[in-house]
Amino acid sequence: MDKRSDSIALAKQIRIDSLEMTSSGGGSHLGSCLSCADILAVLYGSIMNKNPEDPLYAERDRFILSKGHAGAAVYSALARSGYFSPDELKTHYQNGSKLSGHVSHKDVPGVELSTGSLGHGLSVACGMAYSAKLEGKSHRVFVLLSDGECDEGTTWEAALFASHRALSRLVAIVDYNKIQSLDTVESVLALEPFAAKWESFGWDVVEVDGHDHEELSAALAEDHSGLHRKPRCIIAHTVKGKGVSFMENTVLWHYRTARGEELENARDELGADSEWAETSGE
Amino acid sequence: MRDTFISELCNLAEADSRIMLLTGDLGFRVLDEYRHRFPAQFLNVGVAEQNMINVAFGMALEGRIVLAYSIANFASLKCVEQIRNGPCYHNANVKIICIGAGLSYGQLGVSHHATEDIAVMRALPDITIFSPGDDEEARECTRALIYTPGAGYIRLEREGADLSGTRRESFELGIPRVLMEGKDLTIISTGSMSAVALEAARILNAGGLSVKVLQCHTLKPLKSERVLEAAAECDAVFTMEEHSVEGGLGGIIAEILLEQGRAPSLFYRFGIRGGFTSIVGDQKYLRSEYGLDAESIATEIRMRLGKVRTIKVRGGKKASSGQAIIR
Repeated sequence: MDKRSDSIALAKQIRIDSLEMTSSGGGSHLGSCLSCADILAVLYGSIMNKNPEDPLYAERDRFILSKGHAGAAVYSALARSGYFSPDELKTHYQNGSKLSGHVSHKDVPGVELSTGSLGHGLSVACGMAYSAKLEGKSHRVFVLLSDGECDEGTTWEAALFASHRALSRLVAIVDYNKIQSLDTVESVLALEPFAAKWESFGWDVVEVDGHDHEELSAALAEDHSGLHRKPRCIIAHTVKGKGVSFMENTVLWHYRTARGEELENARDELGADSEWAETSGE
Repeated sequence: MRDTFISELCNLAEADSRIMLLTGDLGFRVLDEYRHRFPAQFLNVGVAEQNMINVAFGMALEGRIVLAYSIANFASLKCVEQIRNGPCYHNANVKIICIGAGLSYGQLGVSHHATEDIAVMRALPDITIFSPGDDEEARECTRALIYTPGAGYIRLEREGADLSGTRRESFELGIPRVLMEGKDLTIISTGSMSAVALEAARILNAGGLSVKVLQCHTLKPLKSERVLEAAAECDAVFTMEEHSVEGGLGGIIAEILLEQGRAPSLFYRFGIRGGFTSIVGDQKYLRSEYGLDAESIATEIRMRLGKVRTIKVRGGKKASSGQAIIR
């Protein structure tokens, strides 16, 4: 299979895993996982330099999930990329597990950073990218933010820093699904004109359909022009709950856990056609 | 003390290119030597301390030893969550430098009084906390801070005391230094308050008491042996710190003594009581406002000793209520 069909298959698997993990463990944030599944699939499926056999090899691209509540989706992407056994996903959110609701690095190969408190990831990514720049290293640092965490002041402290230090190997992707914890972004704390804000902070901004793998790939690809000195912000327009009709664009599925008939219907819509977690990641 | 810190940092940075110093746009003149000698190991992140801690953390994850420098509470209290979730949880080499510990910046007002930082920082897991008493100890603590793996915090005063005449032991992480031997009561202190502790001890010694003084240059970890020894020798233990009495050194010592079943007959914490002060004054002035000058402390200790009904003194004698302890 080519990289595109790989990433599409991975996105489907991330959605199924996220549904099953949050359902079996009683977790939440499924809507957030579904909205960023395509972004993660393109990153892990085709964009990032990585080596699951040697997760910390020096030249790897770094990925930070700043919206740590979508931890289930990242654990899935890692397991399906070969960092650890997909069987481990069955423990998510359960007593004695390593896989907490918000992403944790302890004993989980491939997780660079534990997050969960919003507004931290971009700053840490800045430190990683700045360090790489000082050393003339060429790896990239990707950080995935939620739209809600753009309410946090620290996100904008980091945005200032990144452009001031010309961190051109830093890529921030905002999963702009336009729904945050209690209500729409527009009604809680409006971000528009959002692209203009990032541009005014000195970023190179690209807006894409966050479920279109071609558009995501193009935006995430290397800039080989040699002229590019700005950090890149990809505003990925997404749909919260993407892939399950009754979860899409609802506040409810930020927290709700799928059970019974809802779970069955969601499985059908996502095309979960076999016993969960028995499918191979290869 | 901060100048000594910078001087020692220059020595270490010259030999170790992993060392980075980040500042939140503070350190006018103080950082000049460092930034001119090591421009590639220096970064001013701007007035954005929470970002500074996380940038430091990101750099530490990439293999560096990163110091984050600011005044008083700006790099500590303002950034507690960044410190906790970042360097503490990830065991990363981020070292937080608090300049102006205690009431060093007395006249600048309450915002610049670092008087709760020990309590807050010591509640975090996996962090080492230093509180040197004088310039020489600031050097020792700086080296230990940088080369003790993981998160670290150091509180530095503008001016250190001079403890040189009383320091006879080499520096060991977590082990309080005995500055003065004595058998009737022990004062356990930290930072430059140890100079005040020594002065108070000399006043009390001149009055016939025998006072032991310990200086805690490391507050976390603080190994219990020396504290337990002191409590075994002296049935009266006093703690002294330029910090709130809630959760600071006094709390650490009380926890050690109680958990080991060694509660002395008399225990009292000298420190800041009664909340904020809006009175303007320099460090020395505010210490006396808080009863943290040597005379006030000596008087308070005498009074408290006198109130205790029975307390062991040297030779197994007991002091009676209403009497000062006599030798």
